[in-house]
Amino acid sequence: MRPTRFKNPQAEDGQFQLRLIVAYCFMLLMFCILIARFVWLQVYQHEHFSTLAQNNRISLLPILPNRGLIMDRNGVILAQNYSAYTLELVPSKMPDMNATIAELAKLVNITPRDEKLFRKLLGESKDFESIPLKVKLSEEEAARVAANAWRYPGVEVKARLFRDYPYKELTSHVLGYIGRINQKDQEQLDDEDKSTNYKGTNYIGKTGLEAVYEDDLHGQVGFEEVETDSGGRAIRSLRRTPPVNGNNLKLALDIRLQEVADKLFGNRRGALVAIDPQTGGVLAFLSKPGFDPNLFIDGIDSQSWAALNSDWQKPMINRALRGTYPPGSTFKPFMSMAALETHSIGMHDVRPAPAFFTLPGSSHQFRDSNKNGNGSANLAKAIQVSSDTFFYKLAWDMGIDKIAPTVGQFGLGRPTGIDLDGEASGVLPTKEWKAKRFARYKEEYRRWYPADVVSIGIGQGFNAYTPLQMANAVAILANDGVAYKPHLVQEVVDAKSGKSRLVEAKPDRTLPFKLENFEYVKTAMQSVLKPGGTAWRLGIGLPYTMAGKTGTAQVVAIKQGAKYNASALAEQYRDHSWFVAFAPVDKPRIAVAVIVENAGFGAAAAAPIARGLFDYYMTGKVPSSISGDMKTVPMDTADDSAATSD
Amino acid sequence: MTLQPHLIRRLWLAIKAPLDGPLMLFLGLIFALSLVVLYSANNQGLDKIDNKLIYTLLSLTIMWLLARSRPQSIMNFAPPIYGIGVVLLLAVHFKGVTVNGSTRWLELGITRIQPSEIMKIALPMMLAWFFQKYELSMRWWHYLVAAVMIAIPCALVLKQPDLGTTMLIAASGFFVLFFVGLPWKVILGGMVAAGASMPVVWNMLHDYQRRRVMTMIDPMEDPLGAGYHIIQSMIAIGSGGPWGKGWLNGTQTHLDYIPERTTDFIFAVYSEEFGLVGNVVLVFLYTLVLSRAMMITAGAQTLYGRAMAGAITLSFFVYAFVNMGMVAGILPVVGVPLPFVSYGGTATVTLFVGMGMLMSIGNARR
Repeated sequence: MRPTRFKNPQAEDGQFQLRLIVAYCFMLLMFCILIARFVWLQVYQHEHFSTLAQNNRISLLPILPNRGLIMDRNGVILAQNYSAYTLELVPSKMPDMNATIAELAKLVNITPRDEKLFRKLLGESKDFESIPLKVKLSEEEAARVAANAWRYPGVEVKARLFRDYPYKELTSHVLGYIGRINQKDQEQLDDEDKSTNYKGTNYIGKTGLEAVYEDDLHGQVGFEEVETDSGGRAIRSLRRTPPVNGNNLKLALDIRLQEVADKLFGNRRGALVAIDPQTGGVLAFLSKPGFDPNLFIDGIDSQSWAALNSDWQKPMINRALRGTYPPGSTFKPFMSMAALETHSIGMHDVRPAPAFFTLPGSSHQFRDSNKNGNGSANLAKAIQVSSDTFFYKLAWDMGIDKIAPTVGQFGLGRPTGIDLDGEASGVLPTKEWKAKRFARYKEEYRRWYPADVVSIGIGQGFNAYTPLQMANAVAILANDGVAYKPHLVQEVVDAKSGKSRLVEAKPDRTLPFKLENFEYVKTAMQSVLKPGGTAWRLGIGLPYTMAGKTGTAQVVAIKQGAKYNASALAEQYRDHSWFVAFAPVDKPRIAVAVIVENAGFGAAAAAPIARGLFDYYMTGKVPSSISGDMKTVPMDTADDSAATSD
Repeated sequence: MTLQPHLIRRLWLAIKAPLDGPLMLFLGLIFALSLVVLYSANNQGLDKIDNKLIYTLLSLTIMWLLARSRPQSIMNFAPPIYGIGVVLLLAVHFKGVTVNGSTRWLELGITRIQPSEIMKIALPMMLAWFFQKYELSMRWWHYLVAAVMIAIPCALVLKQPDLGTTMLIAASGFFVLFFVGLPWKVILGGMVAAGASMPVVWNMLHDYQRRRVMTMIDPMEDPLGAGYHIIQSMIAIGSGGPWGKGWLNGTQTHLDYIPERTTDFIFAVYSEEFGLVGNVVLVFLYTLVLSRAMMITAGAQTLYGRAMAGAITLSFFVYAFVNMGMVAGILPVVGVPLPFVSYGGTATVTLFVGMGMLMSIGNARR
């Protein structure tokens, strides 16, 4: 075998040295690339990576503020927070959710309702969110789950603050409720730039005072800057910004007065609003029936929701705020104010008050509620006996243009501006209103007929006001035209400093009416509770002075010649019973409007409720008919019970 | 008694004699630096420093023994060492200990060894011995034989599976071929062929290996999974900035964001705390070591010496480059320690064995 080439030491040396140089250059080149990479990372991208390192290191943990308490005027807690354990699941961390839930069911009692609610929340939430499966675990259940939690990834037992409304139905239409923040709430928070303040919070006020005073009640979220390791464990706290707890609300409302009103209503439907005429503070605010707001806090289950919605009594509707009813004869005092102010009638003018009234050139009979009529009367007498024919004629003589402006001054037909959302404005009929309301109808429906004003004169026709508006109007009347904006919240108490901010301490406006006219109408109203008045029975044994006006609001029109027969009508078509009142007459401390739906004459159903309410408010004595059912306790012992009822 | 200083001096000279001064100086500097970093990476614990001192001392002893031996005598051990290495790799294949899905270790009662580590030295030794032996009668088929010698351990290590070590072993073999004169056209042709065979290799890779490659290309693709380590180490390096956060002040390090921070990813710790300046210093020190090693290689008298010294030098470079490149996110994550800095006895012994052989070759000139 012949060697392929001769060994040439010189050539090989050269070859080797060349390769060494190539290798050396290659190494230097590679190191240069490496250095270039370092420069890129450590100089050009330094800022970026510093931020990343900082984000790695620091995490901000929200510290939730405690939601403000809501209490009544005497400090009785109406909305409170309590701490309880919840069993929560984080779906994204769970390998098999259904299996885990089945396992957990062996440790704690998970009702079908719990599970249904969980599924509903699951559908509304993002996967990485913690969703409660069962709230309010007992100590024992919490311990049992906590001991086994390591076996189920994504299962956590957390101590959380819960909202509780101890008076349930009694305060539902005042306080409203909080509920879990949903997509819509979140978008609104984002829009208003408030989402930071809701970090870690799951709840937000949905309705009622909880919604209106959300900013006060929620408080300011705190943050803790903690250094975390790669496992997410907090190593140490770097900085802590404590949360600012929500402000407490102190209402003008007296919960015991509210309960008296509620008990006096019994199972009847309707609404009651009581206002302090001197301040505009709402003393009682009731819409019957109510509902249990606690059901809504963690999302209402579909069964309860269906039950509430399909209830023909519509417990979810806030009748005091949103129910609009014709005021019936409770309108007459305001009608009288308009007549006096426009000089349409003198204080002592006596006019006929027959059994019926007919328009010139018409055979249509506007009947009086008293089938025999009342002979003749002056304005005061017409109020006392509630003569319809007197007011038909008065309205006909005045025309709507003289009625509406004066009546409107009492706040009828527009929102009162109370601190609740969704207030209805009602209808104070005018020519413009009618043209607008029926704009899409034929001319004959849009046109204002002179006859339209007749039934308006006795509070029927197009008239439609909320019980709140009526109470407010009565309060303004009682206070001789010095008007306050009605408000439920009296003080906002700063959680930090304890200082309180008064709400609406100054009069909103003063009606430009003559004092003697007020006096005249008020005296007439006082006579309603005196012998000869429509509510004379209520005046028996009054230990204080009281003025009022009964009313009956027609639900359906009665045919010409037919007779109103309550027993023949289905309950829903019976007349509503109204009563407005205030006491004492001299320096009124309370004004009220009561409506009992489908209860007939005002004097029969609504007026006794007002009397019972006033008796309690003026004398502190609970009417004997309901004193056995009362759950709230008188003020002087309230503190003791709060301590033991927990 | 008066003789004592004299005796110490003689002893010192005897110890110093076989050692290469500049190399020892540069290695000493890197070693000192490594202790500083290790102290920080180990959260100021001294236990690993103690261990490192012990195994380094042991490695130095082995290095000294090798350095004072003649290259010729060391060379003669090549076939048995290579043979033992292959047998051990086979043993791993059949009786190895499986950790994290790969079988790399061999249980030897008192300790575990990683036979692939032996191959990093044994393969270039074997090849250099082989080419030295047939230096005067070299034919093209000798390269084929060499290729088989490379392929056997590579196949066994790849089977473990350990892609990173396979590539390092293959590279050390290739470096020998490069320095004994593998024709340029074969080298270039091989590169083209390697490029062309990429899709085939890709199909042969294990899932986790593919993921590593994909992760390198885009670590953000899987930030909480495979990309996590790379992202965190890049954050450490980048946030270190030009001047570093200062010794013991690396937040990424001390809050446990850097994986394997005393071993494979120790460079991220160093880079976070000492910044670009520190990086340049370290790369410069490595360049000094490599330059000195190159000088020794250039002066080697035999083919074995040239090939072996060249392979040791280039392998050393590859370790350093691949480790830093991996931590900086420009190379895939392979299990390569940072030479002389990472904590770990086996790798250190291998490195010092290489240095010992290098010094032995350097001494042979004289």
